[in-house]
Amino acid sequence: MTLKRAFWAAGFIGLIPLSIGIYLRVTTGHQLAAYGSVIPWGLWVAQYIYFIGLSAGAFLLSSLVYVFGVKRFEPIGRLAVFSAIVTLLLALFTIWMDIGHLERFWHVFAFANFSSPMAWMIWLYTVYFALLVVEFWLLMRRDLVVAKGAGGLRGFVSRVASLGSRDTSDAGLARDMRRVRILATIGVPLAIMFHGGVGALFGVLAARPYWHSGMYPIIFLVSALASGGALLTVASAIFQEGWRAHREMIVTLGRVVLGLLLLDALFEFSELFIGIYGGDPSFLQSVSIALSGPYGIVFWVLQVGIGLVLPVLLLAGPLRRDPRAVTAACAAVVIGFIGVRLNIVIPGLSVEEIRGLTAAVDDPRVSAVYFPSLFEWVFSIGIGGLGLILFGLGEVFLPLSRHLPSVDAQS
Amino acid sequence: MEAELESQAVTRREVLSRAAIGAVVGAAAARASVVAATAPERAHHWGMVIDTRRCIGCEACVIACKIENKTPPGVFYTVVTRETLPGARNDRPVFMTKPCFQCEKPPCVPVCPVNATYKRPSDGIVVVDYDRCIGCRYCMTACPYGARWFDFGEDYPLDEEAGPIISPEYSQYRERVPDASPVGNVRKCTFCLHLQDENGEYDREAGRWPACAKTCPTRAIHFGDLDDPESDVSVLLRERNAIRVKEELGTEPSVYYLL
Repeated sequence: MTLKRAFWAAGFIGLIPLSIGIYLRVTTGHQLAAYGSVIPWGLWVAQYIYFIGLSAGAFLLSSLVYVFGVKRFEPIGRLAVFSAIVTLLLALFTIWMDIGHLERFWHVFAFANFSSPMAWMIWLYTVYFALLVVEFWLLMRRDLVVAKGAGGLRGFVSRVASLGSRDTSDAGLARDMRRVRILATIGVPLAIMFHGGVGALFGVLAARPYWHSGMYPIIFLVSALASGGALLTVASAIFQEGWRAHREMIVTLGRVVLGLLLLDALFEFSELFIGIYGGDPSFLQSVSIALSGPYGIVFWVLQVGIGLVLPVLLLAGPLRRDPRAVTAACAAVVIGFIGVRLNIVIPGLSVEEIRGLTAAVDDPRVSAVYFPSLFEWVFSIGIGGLGLILFGLGEVFLPLSRHLPSVDAQS
Repeated sequence: MEAELESQAVTRREVLSRAAIGAVVGAAAARASVVAATAPERAHHWGMVIDTRRCIGCEACVIACKIENKTPPGVFYTVVTRETLPGARNDRPVFMTKPCFQCEKPPCVPVCPVNATYKRPSDGIVVVDYDRCIGCRYCMTACPYGARWFDFGEDYPLDEEAGPIISPEYSQYRERVPDASPVGNVRKCTFCLHLQDENGEYDREAGRWPACAKTCPTRAIHFGDLDDPESDVSVLLRERNAIRVKEELGTEPSVYYLL
């Protein structure tokens, strides 16, 4: 109970910095941000790829249930789709605030450039977003109809969200599940394309040797699965009946996360090893910025310590069958991957593209050193608070893992 | 293949699929002919040859550019770097003024999600459509030369009596106001294309010449049409050994350096 209260408190307190951040962004534009013309992307872009990775990962794991019919994960199927929607919303809101002209986001649809990986990514996740919403509605439809009768706010929300549907029959449920299966099947290649596309967005840039690798789209996918799986584990341990009800599933999820985490580490190692051995000066400089210097703590403590070593020890060690240890390990992954994302964006941009460029003019916007400003932190923390609120609302209004006859009706 | 098809009875499916292929091919051909008829011919290939041995590092080009284009703090269409050459056995810096290289294959152009930046077909200058650019800054990450700058909306201390700041860029004469383009846009050197006449010609005698090249006291910045064999720049490229920066990326810059 106290944990729940702390959760809500954290969420609502988070709305304060979010409001301040949005207000400052709208009134002062980008003036208070610390990025510049040498490092044009900062904390918000890292946060964006972090959340979009969580979304793609959570969605792809939900396909285990809805495409491949893995019964064991059935209780978290809807939670996974819901998590994918929430994290996608957080990602899109963050990147919307990051562009220079908020009011022009529709240009991406009106003035299509088919050769831009960014344009493709945006179109694909627009379709993906629509698909997620429809799929989630189908998954929730009958429960919403059932919950109509409940009094108070919950009943009201259910009445609105059920969009006038009245069918509570098992046949109707079976029909929903058939449609979900079709949507989820379309969603799998879609999620692979759009998140691979996020990796490609970075990978195609020959100007940035640190990013310019065929591994990038693949690493993005694997790391999305690892971090999305970890988020799902944490969410299923906290929400609804919590870890006591989902012991077995959490332990199994932990194993999946362990495998994905090790695969991700292998790919990252390969990427670094090949690049360092190859010895491209710009690549080496980016790596040395990531591994030592001002960002070293992000790599060694956040990415490697919290995001890899600690969870691997917990997930592979003697505590691996304790759902609380598995949850802690997955929480560490969710936190540690913030470091993974920061270490993709910032070191890749921290290399002067022309030697002496930053020394040529004395201007804070022309600097190869970046540390997010208070304004950027405030907004980012606020987005985190918004995430807690959205998850909390889902917990209150939506029966995400309640076992209804749906399982029986389908089989 | 075709003969084989003709020997068989033609089904409706085949007719439809042939019709569809025909329509696609026809549409593509029509589009190609429209593009060919409407796209302006390449009339010029503006470029620069910068003689680093003449450059004294005075940065008059940087100031001239700022005054001409009225660029805000943090936006420098050209800068002068002062670095020793890699492997040089002395500590003598090489001064290098660095405008946009107006690449023949600009990596910044294809990545733009909204087609806001493009290479002008008529003269090869890479421009930004301020009204279309959403400010995502992807082009800045794609440029290997640090030639693109984000306008954060900052201003130098203003003298109120001097009146509003009006930049002649792209001959649009935009007045600088908060929140309105080019604030929130990516900006770059345009070879001062607003100084071209209606035929797209510059005229050095009349003062219609890129500000940096016009100002340079040691005449280190040569500007001209690389397609015109008699231009200064073409003669220099014939007679001297020039290099382009990061040639290995295949961007084919239109700016050359003499070392």
